[in-house]
Amino acid sequence: MANCDKELDARGLNCPLPILRTKKALNDLTGGQTLRVVATDPGAVKDFQAFAKQTGNELVESGEANGEFTFVLRKKA
Amino acid sequence: MSTKKLAIIATKGTLDWGYPPFILASTAAALGYEVQIFFTFYGLQLLRKSLNHLKVTSIGNPGMPMPMPMPVLLQALPGMQSMMTVMMKQKMKSKGVASLEDLRSLCAEADVKMIGCQMTVDLFGFSPSDFIPEIEMGGAATFFEFAGESDICLFM
Repeated sequence: MANCDKELDARGLNCPLPILRTKKALNDLTGGQTLRVVATDPGAVKDFQAFAKQTGNELVESGEANGEFTFVLRKKA
Repeated sequence: MSTKKLAIIATKGTLDWGYPPFILASTAAALGYEVQIFFTFYGLQLLRKSLNHLKVTSIGNPGMPMPMPMPVLLQALPGMQSMMTVMMKQKMKSKGVASLEDLRSLCAEADVKMIGCQMTVDLFGFSPSDFIPEIEMGGAATFFEFAGESDICLFM
């Protein structure tokens, strides 16, 4: 997995916390930088797609392994 | 693209019904919406400084999942409501659901505008010091000023 500019551990958190923490974490980045989020909320899969679509931050990567969901977002320029 | 707007009317003052307005408002704010919540009648309870007094009840709420089947009259016994509230809070914590206080602070941080209904504040004899300082007071016309321009308007 590629290196990201920032990591966010959202494991154990339930809706809407993963999205709210992600939004906050993106605020610390500049356009083009990437954020990796790890979550365990199964609802996050659809929510991250929807978040990316509505905010213009690109969902570069999305994967699942051992009940953990990983998302990489690139902040909108 | 102009900013989308979400207007919510929050009318319920229970632990469970406190969640929908704060969850949707904080999420909408994270998505870039401008958000206002108008708290009226029992919804004012959600603006009190401490939210420890909020309870859940199974009375009149047959949809509430119970750990075991229980006749309604038994559910009405003294102490049952407090016990259910404690159990609900424990369950929420174990499932990683945020507390109402946390969600409310996240709303305030994200500039969600929270308005207390002046008429119901007077009706119930609340004083401004009963509420968190982030709120404003207003009436129905104040609500419509924002709601009339909103893209989504929800009554809860």
